[in-house]
Amino acid sequence: MRFELMPRTTVSPVARALASVVAFITAFLIAGFVIWLMGRSPVAAFDVYVLQPLSDPWALQELLVKATPLILIAIGLSYCFRASLWNIGAEGQYVMGAVLGSWLALKTHGTDAGIWVLPLMMLLGIIGGALYGLIPAFLKTRFGVNEILTSLMLVYVAQLTLDYLARGPWRDPKGFNFPQSVTFDPAATLPPIMEAGRVHYGFLFALVAVAVTSVILGRTLFGYRLKLTGDAPRAARFAGFNSKATVMAVFAISGGLAGLAGIAEVSGQIGQIQPSISPGYGFTAITVAFLGRLNPIGILIAALVVALTFIGGESAQILLKLPLDLTQAFQGILLLCVLAADALVSYRIRLVTRGGAK
Amino acid sequence: MKADVSSSGPPLVELKGISKRYGDLLANDGIDLSIEPGEIHALLGENGAGKSTLVKILYGVIEPSAGEIRWEGRPVTIGSPVEARSLGLGMVFQHFSLFDEMTVAENIAVALSEDWNLATVRSRLSDISRTYGLALDADRAVWTLSAGERQRIEIVRCLLQNPRLLILDEPTSVLTPQEAEHLFGTLDKLSAEGCSILYISHKLEEVRRLCRRATILRAGRVVATIDPRASTAREIAALMVGNEIGEVRSDAPHVPQGDVLSVTHLNMSPAGLHGIALKDINLVARAGEVIGIAGVAGNGQSELFAALSGERVADRADAVVIAGQACGSMGIDARRRLSAAFVPEERLGHAAAPTHRLSENTLISHAATEVSRSGFILLNAAKRLARAIVSSFDVRTPEGDPQARKLSGGNLQKFVIGREVIRKPKLLIVDQPTWGVDAGAARLIRQSLIDLSRDGSAVVVVSQDLDELFEVADRMAVIHHGTLSPLKPIGEWTKEAVGLEMLGVAQVPGGAHAV
Repeated sequence: MRFELMPRTTVSPVARALASVVAFITAFLIAGFVIWLMGRSPVAAFDVYVLQPLSDPWALQELLVKATPLILIAIGLSYCFRASLWNIGAEGQYVMGAVLGSWLALKTHGTDAGIWVLPLMMLLGIIGGALYGLIPAFLKTRFGVNEILTSLMLVYVAQLTLDYLARGPWRDPKGFNFPQSVTFDPAATLPPIMEAGRVHYGFLFALVAVAVTSVILGRTLFGYRLKLTGDAPRAARFAGFNSKATVMAVFAISGGLAGLAGIAEVSGQIGQIQPSISPGYGFTAITVAFLGRLNPIGILIAALVVALTFIGGESAQILLKLPLDLTQAFQGILLLCVLAADALVSYRIRLVTRGGAK
Repeated sequence: MKADVSSSGPPLVELKGISKRYGDLLANDGIDLSIEPGEIHALLGENGAGKSTLVKILYGVIEPSAGEIRWEGRPVTIGSPVEARSLGLGMVFQHFSLFDEMTVAENIAVALSEDWNLATVRSRLSDISRTYGLALDADRAVWTLSAGERQRIEIVRCLLQNPRLLILDEPTSVLTPQEAEHLFGTLDKLSAEGCSILYISHKLEEVRRLCRRATILRAGRVVATIDPRASTAREIAALMVGNEIGEVRSDAPHVPQGDVLSVTHLNMSPAGLHGIALKDINLVARAGEVIGIAGVAGNGQSELFAALSGERVADRADAVVIAGQACGSMGIDARRRLSAAFVPEERLGHAAAPTHRLSENTLISHAATEVSRSGFILLNAAKRLARAIVSSFDVRTPEGDPQARKLSGGNLQKFVIGREVIRKPKLLIVDQPTWGVDAGAARLIRQSLIDLSRDGSAVVVVSQDLDELFEVADRMAVIHHGTLSPLKPIGEWTKEAVGLEMLGVAQVPGGAHAV
């Protein structure tokens, strides 16, 4: 006896849309069950996780702040994933972008450097992330090294580099030995979009990235090149698309956007260099990219949903004493439910019994 | 080999009302078939007629939706290939399942049950080799063997288990005419000893040579069971495709003009571990003619295609000259801009992306068509082009702009050929233009190749199908182990001469062709 997946001949768009809704409800039910097992009320948890953040203006702003790096990174990753290239190291590219951009902020600290500092910091952030992303791309094209391993391992290199800088050369001498840099000057701080608001310009960058990527992936030959490389690599070569150039390009793009996310977060949100500048945005963004089905608009929505779980998870930790790990578990449950729903829309399950040829 | 079954008893195997449904498609529709002991029975039909489905049901790979299988008169359920083998069925698939790095004896031993060891395999191997004329060296690594020798391994592997029924799926598609004749001798001998054979093919001549009974399938149904020797090849073909098929012909005679493609002293190292190196290839294709390249699969055809198309570049620019331009070091896009067009062997995955719509698939040859402008896709132009290809090449589609994988093999092949032919390139290079394609589509494709050449283009056809080459080519050469024989007008070739070249044993007077 075994299970077989039989492809469905026709799939209605309604079923596809409905599948996402069912996936979300299922994920909430599973999470509710887990919370109930932990001896808390699932209803109270739903209230704290979902309803309270959505009804509180401060929390809504926080939602956009948390979604910003997720959107930027996941948009970048969608270039890689469409071409079936597996950049798992966005977290490292995020850190390296933040490091290179912050270098300028610290260099110009205390001087009366003008408004050019901020744009240049953003540019350096992009360059830092892109160059760091190009390392696995180079290793793959030159030596055939698997990009999953190299990009992942380079995350730890980046994190330890940041750790060293925050504790060593970049530590604020007047900071009571805390492993932190000085606070960035206003000239090196990404301002809020609205006066006294929480949402900084990084969110605008994210929206621009979504719009531009929608055009690139849907309307240009380059977008088609990625799709063809992912779906039929031999056909891509036959179409004259150099596969090595494709690898380099998508790793530079996704690294660059991750780097921009990194410097925007440090400059607009944290305001200084410290040993940890990310609660794992680079990894969570992989989930976001797939939740959004590698579609820019989908990624925008998925990032908001996942950001909600971050914020809800923080309040749940305070109000219900639920561990923060539960948030990550929920993100995983959500992803599995969405993927399972996708599979069940395209295939139906059939039970095969041995010798059933009657 | 047991030969004690008298022909007056029940048939060895009898299929009754076998049906297999895949979604909306009825691949087999109430098929009846019986095979007598010692009989060589042909199963004839176009690609897609349901031959493979039927054979897979018989061999226990898939289960039928309805119907009954009787083995020597008693109903049986064949749930897996293991059960099929224990009943006494052996099968030689079209695509071999051999480990390249292992020796012949190891490959045989690996497929047998554990009470065999290498020593017993070796001794039985030499017995069987001698009895049936299946010469095999037990200690050779498989990757050093020709396709014909590999097929012998598969056959010997079956014979070691004393089968009562041997199923062969398109066995001669990888063989030279001489190797095929040798195989027929082996099969005659097996049949004389009482082993039944189910012989699947779409080549009529060999069926007429081997079989006394043939079951013809069309669109999943049995249309006739006949004695193939009592009908002409043309009558059988008509039964297979459902109507009389015309022959391809050229209205205008072959009037070659200037050189469009010239290849001189082209060498190329093999792409992969077991690839074939191209050695000193010389070839000229002139406007207005069709050049045929014959050869057994795996003798450097795909390497030659890659070298001509620019998927792999040569070390010298002047090794390949297209339309007067030395382009050996140019990529495929640059060659397309010289008005060259290419159709590779694999339809799905190489010529077309399976999950992409036909309109998107026109973008694959974007370098030479008007489907993009300054990096942006002209979606409407792509859709128009796809529609134009679909209507001028009679591509039957299930919907307006379907995914490539939704098309049948023949229709997709018409599409990928049409995509290139429609822009009237000066040079068209096609690898296996009608491989696995039904007769109607094959005829349309061949005709469009001839028409293109008569309109003043040069066409190079690489094919394993000799009948096809004799039909379309004006001049022909044979590729063997990366070496190309001289081009000769088609009238100067005989099938025997081609066969000898395919084996690499041709004796050219004066040693004219260098190896």
